[in-house]
Amino acid sequence: MSDVVEKTLTALPSLLSLDSQPGSAKLSSTSKLGNLIRGITELTSKHEEEKLIQRELTSIKEQVSSPNTSMRQMKELMVRATYCEMLGYEASFSYIHAIKLAQQGAALEKRVGYLAVSLFLNEDHELLLLLVNTVLKDLQSTNLIEVCMALTVVSQMFPKDMIPAILPLVEEKLNHPKEIIRRKAVLALYKFYQIAPNQVQHIHNKFRKALCDKDPGVMTASLHIYLQMIKENPEGYKDLTASVVTILKQVVGGKLPMDFNYHSVPAPWLQIQLLRILSLLGKNDHSTSEIMYEVLDESLRRAEMNHNITYAILYECVKCIYTIHPKSELLEKAAKCIGNFVLSQKINLKYLGLKALTYVVQQDPRLALQHQMTIIECLDHPDLIIKRETLELLFRITNAQNVTVIVEKMLEFLRISKDDYTTTDLVGKVAELAEKYAPDNEWFIETMNTVFSVGGDVMQPDIPNSFLKLLSEGFDSVEEDRKLRQFAVDSYVSLLQGGPGKLPQRFLQVISWVLGEYSHLSEELDPATVLSLLSKLLDSKNTSSETKSWVLVAMTKLCEGRAGVSVAREVSETYSSSLDTVLRHRAQELQHLSQDFELRARVLPRDASREPLEVDSSLSFLDGFVSEALAAGAAPYKPPHQRQEELAQEKALSLEPYGLSLPISMSSCSIGDRQSPTLLSVSSGLSGDSIELSHKGGSATLKLDGVKRVWGREGYLSQRESVEETAQVEVPSPLRSPGRQGEADKSHHQTPTPTPTPEPEQEKQQLASSLFVGLGSQSSVCLMGKSDLTNQRFRRKARCSGGSEITSNSVVSPPSMVDSLLCNNLLDSNVTSELDLASPEPPPQLCQDLSAANGTCDVDLTDRDVTANNPSVIRDNGVVAAEDPDKPTDLCLSSHLPAELSGLSRSDITPLCSHQSLHLSACHVQGDDSLALVVFILNSSDSDVQQMLLQLDSDQLEVSSVSESPVQEVRGDSVVVCQYSLTVKRPSVLVEVCGVMSFMCSVGTPQSVQFSYKLPLASFIRPLTVSTEEYGTMWLAFSHDTKQNLTLMREDRESLTATLNVLKNKLQLHVVEIIGMEGIVACRLLQDQPCLMHCRINAGTLAVWLRSPIPDLPDCLIYHCQRALQEH
Amino acid sequence: MIRFLLLFSRQGKLRLQKWFTAYTDREKKKVIRDMVMLVLARQPRSCNFIQWRDLKIVYKRYASLYFCAGLEASDNELLSLEVLHRYVELLDRYFGNVCELDIIFNFEKAYFILDEFLMGGEVLETSKAAVAASMEEADTLQEVL
Repeated sequence: MSDVVEKTLTALPSLLSLDSQPGSAKLSSTSKLGNLIRGITELTSKHEEEKLIQRELTSIKEQVSSPNTSMRQMKELMVRATYCEMLGYEASFSYIHAIKLAQQGAALEKRVGYLAVSLFLNEDHELLLLLVNTVLKDLQSTNLIEVCMALTVVSQMFPKDMIPAILPLVEEKLNHPKEIIRRKAVLALYKFYQIAPNQVQHIHNKFRKALCDKDPGVMTASLHIYLQMIKENPEGYKDLTASVVTILKQVVGGKLPMDFNYHSVPAPWLQIQLLRILSLLGKNDHSTSEIMYEVLDESLRRAEMNHNITYAILYECVKCIYTIHPKSELLEKAAKCIGNFVLSQKINLKYLGLKALTYVVQQDPRLALQHQMTIIECLDHPDLIIKRETLELLFRITNAQNVTVIVEKMLEFLRISKDDYTTTDLVGKVAELAEKYAPDNEWFIETMNTVFSVGGDVMQPDIPNSFLKLLSEGFDSVEEDRKLRQFAVDSYVSLLQGGPGKLPQRFLQVISWVLGEYSHLSEELDPATVLSLLSKLLDSKNTSSETKSWVLVAMTKLCEGRAGVSVAREVSETYSSSLDTVLRHRAQELQHLSQDFELRARVLPRDASREPLEVDSSLSFLDGFVSEALAAGAAPYKPPHQRQEELAQEKALSLEPYGLSLPISMSSCSIGDRQSPTLLSVSSGLSGDSIELSHKGGSATLKLDGVKRVWGREGYLSQRESVEETAQVEVPSPLRSPGRQGEADKSHHQTPTPTPTPEPEQEKQQLASSLFVGLGSQSSVCLMGKSDLTNQRFRRKARCSGGSEITSNSVVSPPSMVDSLLCNNLLDSNVTSELDLASPEPPPQLCQDLSAANGTCDVDLTDRDVTANNPSVIRDNGVVAAEDPDKPTDLCLSSHLPAELSGLSRSDITPLCSHQSLHLSACHVQGDDSLALVVFILNSSDSDVQQMLLQLDSDQLEVSSVSESPVQEVRGDSVVVCQYSLTVKRPSVLVEVCGVMSFMCSVGTPQSVQFSYKLPLASFIRPLTVSTEEYGTMWLAFSHDTKQNLTLMREDRESLTATLNVLKNKLQLHVVEIIGMEGIVACRLLQDQPCLMHCRINAGTLAVWLRSPIPDLPDCLIYHCQRALQEH
Repeated sequence: MIRFLLLFSRQGKLRLQKWFTAYTDREKKKVIRDMVMLVLARQPRSCNFIQWRDLKIVYKRYASLYFCAGLEASDNELLSLEVLHRYVELLDRYFGNVCELDIIFNFEKAYFILDEFLMGGEVLETSKAAVAASMEEADTLQEVL
């Protein structure tokens, strides 16, 4: 029988007989809870317990729903229900009654009600809304206890959206005469600040008041908020330094009431809080640090008592001293302090000492050297936690000389560790060290073998990824590369021969890839041997199908000769009927390629894994197939989120006006996959293979290369402090075995222990010298500030140059897109740039015009067309200083603008083309409800131009002439203006109007000129004024959409408003409403094509979702939004 | 800031749980299971701190009960050890020589004491006398009614 039962049973008689015990309101022996607990302890099996609890719950259920149950009984029932829940049984029927009890009960009943609610419900439980009113009422109560209860429950759990409802009342409590209420109110605000910082930002000045409260308790509570705020913005609170120092001085000097003492140490919690704030304020700030040196010194001095709490203060003090701008005197004392911790017999202090050492070792490596013997002892400590922390410390001091010893220790630990989280973390560290400091090929491959076998399937997927990349990309020397690969192949072959049964899948995948790619490097290795090893792998039951497909790909690369073909045939026959489609696919590949050597050589060129592979991620080569399918009646493709939503709509009525829960992970649709087709460059030979590589064996893991990893499979990864490039030595050390290395280094290392030492001691010393080599104060060591790349063995080659990617980009992406993007740039600069620099020279076109006047017309004119656009290309790139050729013309032409358009905003007047003395220019004018294109025809010669005919045409636009009768002639030295109204037929990022003008000069020959005018779609956007409700209905009705993340304008809390205002001003959008972190915006494309925009702040970016009935419109608009924000 | 506080017996029976940040029920179950496993497996006289995921776990055994707190990375382990100790002192003062049974049978009181001591994961009141006073106040109120 278990101990507790025994204890309970022996205790029971005394419990039953005792009426009055010390304390108040002791357990009543007759209470039903008591009966229940006693009942449970008497049971012997889990099954019986279950039955008993179910019975209990049924009876509770009956009673709570009975109208005759009094509040007092209800309280008792709730206690029992919470007890059942604590045992792991669900009592959800009682939740609503708990809320009721909190609402209607008096004093203690209410308290139990609140307690039950806070135990039952989560922060986002919908029933919590019912609690809001109760809390409101209690906050206004005159009964202090009720107010306290309400504040407590508010800080425990409160729906985020309802904070505004109670905020004024909580704020009011900051002025309450009772300090306990003020304290609780401050802590409640602290909680609000944590869960919804923007809700409380307007009361920052009240926090100041709380900081200056006459009650030290209130002040302490307010420091929690300040710590948080200073963490976010240390610059904003530097002025607090002096006050914090003063407060700390007073606390340390024992000026606070005795009440705040803890084991006769003055207010330790407050002290530590203050020290933390100081370290934030003094970080990287010399002058601020100056202010605090004195008080830190005093804190160190005062904390001398031998008690945990003083050590806690000391620890915080030391951390602070090492965080702020250093002062040697203090550092010395802090180092001594760390020494005391490390040398302490108390294991907790030792642990913290190690932690502190880890924290400071980058600044002061000698400290590790001082304590090397202790560190060695800790390395063999029976407590794994200590061991683990020691390894962490060693990780920080690893260099090229001690890497073998340290990695060995880490691997040793890995073999006994059972915790997945630790394994994942440590395996990553070993891989990092191995890659950085590996002394030779053998060691590297063997270490990585251990990493893969121990890390198995819990390690981060980027470890095998980067390992394979390292192998395939190679290093500086071809010969070295070959050796490394060959060694890897040999080592893997022997591993497979030794029985692959226990190897993790990830490792097997790595092995098969390497064998497939490089086994030809090993001359004595017969391909048939490798093939048979691989096929054995295929036959193994433990091999997952994902691994099998890796194996099959490897076999495809290897099958050569008669033996190879027969193996291949056998294998492909087995798997071509597999249920797994990927396997079947691979088997087919194998079958075909093993028969056709030429094809295989082309598809899988040997040793070509380094060459970048161009991937057309837009899959444009499938366009023909898609259009055929569409023509044959297939349904058009819809993105998954759209499909899901439509499904949801079919299933049930949506009660929300709009925005059925925006997907949270919008960041996953990055700019890359929405915008113009981009080009991936993946290194591998075969396209299928490359996808696998980047996908790490098919399981949908993303390519993490170059991305800072914050989230892992275990959730948020604790931020590994960026490991400074640790110690390096000027001369690369020659390869030495650890033992010899130890001896060699011992000679110039001063170990603190005396020389004549017993055997084990000597062993330890040897270990010490091999561990701490390169850390000495000898001049050769520099821990900080220098990059150790010079020493690194496996130095990555530079990635393939950007140039090739750029060229290939234009090759692969559909030309139309590229064109339009480029042109957009051109035009934008034309339209938006306001160049004040008026050039005194005549416009270049005109000069050219005159000089080329005798040339043949046609050629000339097309040329002209190009030159008209060219200057802006250059301008846009910023290559040539801007000069505005249009300005003079602009000035004189603008006076010819039709009167009705004069007040409206218009673009600059752009020259379109010229022919001899005839110059065409144009601009567009944005009316409230229209867009007008105005074409100016300037005849600068004396003679008239006759029989003029101007025709405009566009794929994307509807062009209609505004003037009734077309102009037919232009007199000498005059300007004729033609006005057209434009509306969009088919949205595109940039729309273009093409025109032809034919005319007859006085000389008599008919002539014609062509021109084109481009304008951004943004000029057609007008605000669409709708109400939120209308917006909701429209949102659901529209089918075309797009999503993207945009950058926010500012980092602060007003960022949404600021960003939307920029968009509003630049693009004429209508902001319908902004609610908290979300905003809805509407606009229309002329004439009446609506587009809706939903914006939300998500992880520092603006997640935008656009919807419209018009295809392409959302995509075009998002592009303009992006540009508008970039330009801002 | 303390993320959660758990009390469980040597047999791994949960006696009290307090969550200062939002966890889903599933996460809670997982945390409880992991904590009980981790802490009960520790040898006597080993270190009172454990690294678990990105949290620091501080635990201490008092008689048959384990007190276990999950802290954020920036928290001070030793100080939290004293938080646990102060809580035990408070329980002791209220119940008078507290034992596991007091907490089993009066777990709601244990919660109330905790609420007076910690709020939102931070220490609200360090004075033993003050906590005792506010507990007494609430209790007498009940007597009157």
